[in-house]
Amino acid sequence: MNEQQNVPPQPPEAPKPPWEEKPVPPEPRDAREHEQVREIAAIVPDAVLEAVEFAGQVTVTVARERILDVCRACKEKLEYKFLVDLTAVDWLERPEGRFDVVYWLHRFSDSRRLRLKVRVADGVEVPSVTGVWKVANWMEREAFDMFGIYFADHPNLERILTWEGFSGHPLRKDFPIEGIDTGAAIYPDVYPPGGGPVAGGEGE
Amino acid sequence: MGNLEATRPFPDSEEMEISFGPQHPATHGVLRVMVRVDGEKIVDAKPIIGYLHRGTEKIFERETYNGTIPHTDRMDYTAAATNNQALVGAVERMMGVTVPPRAAYIRMILAELQRIASHTIWLGTHALDIGAQTPFFYTFQERETILDLYEEYCGARLTLNCMRVGGQPFDLPEGWTGRCGAFVDQLPARIAEWERLLTNNRIWKLRTIGVGVISAANAIEWGLTGPPLRGSGVKWDIRKVFPYDRYDEVDFEIPIGANGDTYDRYLVRMEEMRQSVRIIKQCLAKLPDGPVMAKVPKVIKPPKGEFYFSVEGPKGELGFYAVSDGTTNPYRLHVRPACFINLQALPELVRGHLIADMVAVIGTLDIVLGEIDR
Repeated sequence: MNEQQNVPPQPPEAPKPPWEEKPVPPEPRDAREHEQVREIAAIVPDAVLEAVEFAGQVTVTVARERILDVCRACKEKLEYKFLVDLTAVDWLERPEGRFDVVYWLHRFSDSRRLRLKVRVADGVEVPSVTGVWKVANWMEREAFDMFGIYFADHPNLERILTWEGFSGHPLRKDFPIEGIDTGAAIYPDVYPPGGGPVAGGEGE
Repeated sequence: MGNLEATRPFPDSEEMEISFGPQHPATHGVLRVMVRVDGEKIVDAKPIIGYLHRGTEKIFERETYNGTIPHTDRMDYTAAATNNQALVGAVERMMGVTVPPRAAYIRMILAELQRIASHTIWLGTHALDIGAQTPFFYTFQERETILDLYEEYCGARLTLNCMRVGGQPFDLPEGWTGRCGAFVDQLPARIAEWERLLTNNRIWKLRTIGVGVISAANAIEWGLTGPPLRGSGVKWDIRKVFPYDRYDEVDFEIPIGANGDTYDRYLVRMEEMRQSVRIIKQCLAKLPDGPVMAKVPKVIKPPKGEFYFSVEGPKGELGFYAVSDGTTNPYRLHVRPACFINLQALPELVRGHLIADMVAVIGTLDIVLGEIDR
């Protein structure tokens, strides 16, 4: 008798639970045909430049001139009543505009979220959305303070986290992480330019 | 507010501008509010922030993903566990990691304990600001027990650093669930005790009812989240809307207010503590066995892309927007701080009230300057 025939049949290997498998990262997908993107394209034609879906979140890139129209349409016609977040990202070397201004909207009716994005070059103004959502006021001030992005028609575009005399915009990629000479900015009479105490410096 | 014009003792007096803070005990940190007053009536208020700015988002960019977790502890230092939860959740979803059920349940227990701890600080200091000194001593006693539980779990009491990408760094110590269970079993009686001090207290009611009113539509327009939004009657909680960890497996209610005033926000938070107790009890009963850490690579390297993930923190929606360029360090890690956005509505809430009410409104917004200034 063959020895192998005595081996009882092995049960099929149970599938491993997902936390014991190697994680599979999500892939970005083109989302031009996504429902949320088509809604926008139907109301504001020609505004959508690019649409990507990543891990279930839809990002729509919009032309800078059209952002106010798109935001207004999103709020008034598509019911995105709630602006959750507004921020910026610095892509230092990118030729088609250095900064991304990112809007993150929420709609209560079906609990969906949508990300809008605008590409801007350094020194170019972006229309402010404070007229659409009041909450954008401090968010845009923060983006201005941290990145130096100007928002046109903002009611009070001042620095918010750093002080009035601060020069530079800390979250820009070319801003040194060890800090800059802050003494000269606050006490110009005491410290000559470049001669003040350096934040993060070695000290005495 | 009646027409003050008619009763002004000095009709030719002028409006005055005073600086409230930054070193004022009732501002809960270093908040400065420039207040324009007409007598005792607030005409306008302008919050000035940034005294505690440490460049956290810039620091994130030079850290590895797990290295950013201790920095999140220092944002809202009264709620480190929920900060950790929001950050690791964002990175996990970007990498497609599924957290083992035991780790998810431990996270929920830690987060709900944190919500109770944060609300006890809020209740103690808010009541102290308004003039009721006693609750402060009662609430901090219970908070101490929660901090002891944390200390036993991860060694830290305040800056916990108690979660990692992929799961939990440690399993629960021997006997911890029993001690935690004993604590939450006696807590409802303590909450009832605090409520006995305040809910029907005539002074408390006079100081909070009708103060800092905001309508539901206005609250959404100003982006309020958390108890300030729910106090205005909007039934909205990230734990229900976008359930994370295993919140879809436990049973709890979202308390809402009706009038959107300081008193309703107080009632909402008190009920939230009871709901947290309910969640913790269910978690302890259901706590599954198994590993607490998923199989994640040694080097955390999310793929190129961007992801926003938020949790329901004690103060409101706390979100992390992570942008990855495929390297080990985040290209950009932006925080959506609940307190920062909630504080923006302060002028809206105090206009027309008396200066003393400003203290009540700052207390009811439950702000932590560490998170506002980052």
